[in-house]
Amino acid sequence: MITTDICIVGAGPVGLFAVFEAGLLGMRCHLIDVLTQPGGQLAEIYPKKPIYDIPGYPVVLAGELIQRQLEQIAPFKPTWSLGEKATDLQKNPSGDFLITTSGGNQIQAKILVIASGLGVFEPRKPPISSLDDFENKGVDYFVKNPDAYKGKKLVLAGGGDSALDWTIFLADIAAELTLVHRSSRFRAAPDSVEKVMALSQSGKVRLMLDANVTEVHGNGRLNKVVVSNKDGWPTHLDTDYFIPLFGLRPELGPLAQWGLNMDGEAIKVDNTLDYQTNIPGVYAIGDINTYPGKLKLILCGYHEAALMAQSAWKRLHPNSMFNMKYTTVNGINGF
Amino acid sequence: MIDKDLVQIKVAGPNATVVTLPAPTNMSLSLMELLKGNGYPIQATCGGMALCATCHVCVLEGYEQVGEPASDAEWAMLDSLFNTTDTSRLACQVRIGHACDNMLVKILGDT
Ligand SMILES: Cc1cc2nc3c(=O)[nH]c(=O)nc-3n(C[C@H](O)[C@H](O)[C@H](O)COP(=O)(O)OP(=O)(O)OC[C@H]3O[C@@H](n4cnc5c(N)ncnc54)[C@H](O)[C@@H]3O)c2cc1C
Ligand code: FES
Repeated sequence: MITTDICIVGAGPVGLFAVFEAGLLGMRCHLIDVLTQPGGQLAEIYPKKPIYDIPGYPVVLAGELIQRQLEQIAPFKPTWSLGEKATDLQKNPSGDFLITTSGGNQIQAKILVIASGLGVFEPRKPPISSLDDFENKGVDYFVKNPDAYKGKKLVLAGGGDSALDWTIFLADIAAELTLVHRSSRFRAAPDSVEKVMALSQSGKVRLMLDANVTEVHGNGRLNKVVVSNKDGWPTHLDTDYFIPLFGLRPELGPLAQWGLNMDGEAIKVDNTLDYQTNIPGVYAIGDINTYPGKLKLILCGYHEAALMAQSAWKRLHPNSMFNMKYTTVNGINGF
Repeated sequence: MIDKDLVQIKVAGPNATVVTLPAPTNMSLSLMELLKGNGYPIQATCGGMALCATCHVCVLEGYEQVGEPASDAEWAMLDSLFNTTDTSRLACQVRIGHACDNMLVKILGDT
């Protein structure tokens, strides 16, 4: 069990800035994100694109903005559950929130901040029968812990940048690696394609082109996949892992069941005050919330994070007087 | 009278149904914007930057005429999907012009 002042679901730019604003007021944060890296949409969809509307930066690459934000919150030593989905919300008799993750972790927090943006980034799953039965039993959609693949037989599928990048990375670790791609050529980043071709020529990677994984088999755990070529001709491959990498797409996910007042896929909040939801102590900030005049911009999410933090502090210290100080007065006093 | 600034885009639905959408050629619209504007639940997460592939369509008729062929970036994105076909496009990269008249598309992206 992890105990903290504020649990933040979503480590996008807004969730990260919430750590900073909370830290200034002496509140500790734990962040949960289903992605294995922080940064939300900026890290997953457009890390190399320039952003022009962050004050003080005439231009900044999305990935660089996230690096800067991580630097900015480092003094407040947030704790993390990355690669885990927040699945369940309960309230303790003490009034604290209990958040459960897909990784089996439990976080007890006085305040819950939902900064879940467009929702959970879920992997696109190819239509292969029984694939679900082997999830986490040989079928992985994310590479969370590369060490798990050391000395193992792997089959990867996909033709995009992430399939190629992981092929290059895992070729050194795995005992055997096969990459299956539905087309006859790759059109991802040319330097990655070149590296994969070189690995194929040196025999480190087996390429199966114009082919798809069409069946998965095993006995409780995956031990075989069937790869079919264009003409339907099957090849049986013994394998320890099958890793389909066909990109991610956002879905609202489990918080639809948390008893929050929603407007479509967005959480309604009180924007005249503090971005609190209908559940006292639960706030929603950034792209996930809605109110009259809402703008889905990073800048607006930062503002919402600042007001949320002030309100959360007052909830935690009902009998203290709030004394707002500029950062220029005391600087940053980390934990 | 035929409006010279309008073309027809056909969208294949379930059970062999086809819906015909009138589409203006003088508004610099993309096929993604046209489909969304007509109520099709395309996510278009990246807002039309060829970065999310949620606007994936298969062009069933008129693929050769569509206009600008797919760029390297568009193909790289399409290549990351499992259901890409030889006539797949990202709808946000198809500009509605006269060349698109009578094109028939099927939506394959995430909804
Ligand atoms: C291509 C593109 C260009 C853009 N350009 C700009 C721009 O120039 N300027 C600008 O201001 N904005 C821009 N935006 C919008 C901006 O990216 C968003 O406003 C911003 O990302 C919102 O941040 P967020 O922290 O609220 O959510 P997100 O960035 O969406 O992060 C939310 C995180 O929550 C996680 N999550 C959700 N549910 C769960 C759960 N149940 N358990 C665990 N994790 C969960 C998700 O995995 C995700 O990582 C752009 C967006 C795109 C796609
Ligand atoms: S809208 Fe994202 S790729 Fe077309």
